[in-house]
Amino acid sequence: MANIGVYIELKEDKLKKSNREVLGFARRSGRDVTAVIFTNNIVPFLEDLKGVKQVIQVKGDDLAYQPDIYADTLAAVIKEYKLEDFLAIYSAQARDLFPRVTVRVGNASLVNDCLAIDLDNHQATRPVYAGKLLCNYKIEDEFRIFTIRQNIFPVEPAGAAGDPQVQAYNLVKKEVKSKILEVIKSASKKIDLVEAEIIISGGRGIKAKENFPLLQEVADLLGAGMGASRAAVDAEYATYDMQVGQTGKVVNPKLYIACGISGAIQHFVGMKTSKIIVAINKDPEAPIFKKADYGIVGDLFKVVPLLKKELEAVLH
Amino acid sequence: MNVYVCIKQVPDTEASLNIKEGKRINEENIKWVINPYDEYAIEEALKLKEKKPEIKVVLVTLGPVRVESALRSGLAMGADEAIHIEVADSLEPQITARALAKAIEQEGDIGLVFTGKQAIDDDAYQTHLFIAEYLGLPAATNVTAFSFQGDKVIVEREIDEGSKEKIEMALPCLVGASKGLNTPRYASLMGIMKAKKIALKKLTLEGLGMKDIRHKVVAEKLVSPPEKPQGKIIQGEPEEAVKELVRLLREEAKVL
Repeated sequence: MANIGVYIELKEDKLKKSNREVLGFARRSGRDVTAVIFTNNIVPFLEDLKGVKQVIQVKGDDLAYQPDIYADTLAAVIKEYKLEDFLAIYSAQARDLFPRVTVRVGNASLVNDCLAIDLDNHQATRPVYAGKLLCNYKIEDEFRIFTIRQNIFPVEPAGAAGDPQVQAYNLVKKEVKSKILEVIKSASKKIDLVEAEIIISGGRGIKAKENFPLLQEVADLLGAGMGASRAAVDAEYATYDMQVGQTGKVVNPKLYIACGISGAIQHFVGMKTSKIIVAINKDPEAPIFKKADYGIVGDLFKVVPLLKKELEAVLH
Repeated sequence: MNVYVCIKQVPDTEASLNIKEGKRINEENIKWVINPYDEYAIEEALKLKEKKPEIKVVLVTLGPVRVESALRSGLAMGADEAIHIEVADSLEPQITARALAKAIEQEGDIGLVFTGKQAIDDDAYQTHLFIAEYLGLPAATNVTAFSFQGDKVIVEREIDEGSKEKIEMALPCLVGASKGLNTPRYASLMGIMKAKKIALKKLTLEGLGMKDIRHKVVAEKLVSPPEKPQGKIIQGEPEEAVKELVRLLREEAKVL
C-alpha cells in the first residue's frame, strides 16, 4: 500500500487545529504515515504526532513561509520518500503552496477541498459550483495530493499509539521568485471563519456599518467569528474578509446565526454545511427560513439584544 | 508589451443547476458570465494600460464556442485582443493551464499575466498557479493590492482573517486577483460596438502541440448534496422566541 504523507501546517509556531483532522484521517487508514513539519523544535508537537510512523522535520536558519522554498522542499520530500498519497488542510497557505508542489513533483495531481477521500480506490469527493453540487473524482496519477476541507473530518486522539521516528531534513533553498517581504497582521484579533465553531453573520438588514458591533457583542459572548453576506460587503457595512458565500468564504461551523440575511443561493452555498443554521429576519418570506434549522421572524434590532441578554443569563 | 488576462466563462452565481447524464450540468437556460474573479484581473490590466498606452491587453480563454461571448464582454470592457483555444468540452486544470501557457508563450512579449484566483464553477483553485509554473514565472494568489516599485511588482495577498502577506516579484509575473483589488468597470456602448469588430484569434490544442491529452483527474459522478429538511419557525413574542431558541440550541441541537 502506498505511503501516506501529511503536511503539518504551523501558524505562528503553533499547530493549526485542523492538522488533527488530517492526522486522524491518515492514522485511520491503517497505512504508514509520514508527517512533514517545518520546525527547528519538534518537542511541542510530539504529542499530536503519536501514531505517525516517521516525522520528516525540516530544519533551517529561517523557516518563515516562502512559497518557492516550501514548494521545492515538499516536492523533494514527496519524491524521496515516495509519499504517493499526500494530505494537507485546505488553508490559505495550501491554496498558495500545493499547486506549485504538484507541478514540481511532476506526475502529480491535486484535488483541493476534499469532503471525502477513498485512498484505496484513488477517489475523492469535493464540492463544485460552490457546493451546489458534489463531484466524485478518480485520480489516475503516480502522486496524488489531497487537501481537505476544515471542520469535516473527525478528530480522534492518538491514544496509546507510539512515538514517531524523527528524521531531520534540510530546507531546500533554490530560487526565490515570489518573495514574501512581511506578514501584515490584522489590527483586530479576528477569529478565522473557516476554523470557527460558531459564526454570527449580518446581511443587508443590518443597515449600517455602525450596527455591526451589535452582532460583535453576541460573537464575543460565544467566542464566535463574524461573517457577512455579499450584500452587506457590497454596501460596505462589512469588509470582504468577512464575506461568506460563493465569492467569499465557505464555512462550516457547528452553529451559524444569520441576522438580516435573506438567504440568496450565493450566500447559502457558503454556509449550508453548517451543522445548525439559525435565521433572524423580519421578512417571513425570506428564503433563509427554508434553509434554517431554527428561525425567528422579527426585527434583528429587537431580537439580537434579547439574544445577547438570554445568552448572558444562561452561559454564566 | 503584452499584458495577458486568462479568463473563464462560468454559470452566473445565481444559477440553479441540474445534473445531466450523471457527470455534467445541464447547460440549457444557464446564464453564462465571466468568472467574477477574472473581472478583477481584466480591470487591473486595463488600469495599467491607462497609465502605459503602449500596453496591449490580450485575453486568453479555453472552452467551447459559447465562451466567445465572454471574450466579447472582456473586449467591450477595453481589452485589445482575444485568443480562444477552442475545445469541445472543459478540460482538467493541468491540461487547461498547459494550453493557456503555450498560447501565451506563442503570442510572446509577456509583460504580466493576470488571472482570477479561482473559477467559481469547478473551484479547483490551481489552474493559475500551474500556468505560472509552466511559464516559469513568479506568482501570487488571492491578491487584493497591486503596485509597481521600480522594476518589481509588490502585491498584497489576503491570508487568514484580515492578515496579509506583502510579496515582491520580478517581472514578468502572474497575479491571481481577488475581490478588493479594484472595482471592475462596465462596458461602454462604444466599447461594445468596438468589440464586435475585433477578430478573435482561434487556436486548437493540436496547433499548440497538445495532440494526445489524457485526463488524470477524471470526474466520475456529479450529485446534488443532501437537502436540509425544513426547519422550525419559533413563534411567539420576541422575548419568548429568543428564550425558546436558546433552549433548543442547548438541549435539542446541543451546540451551545
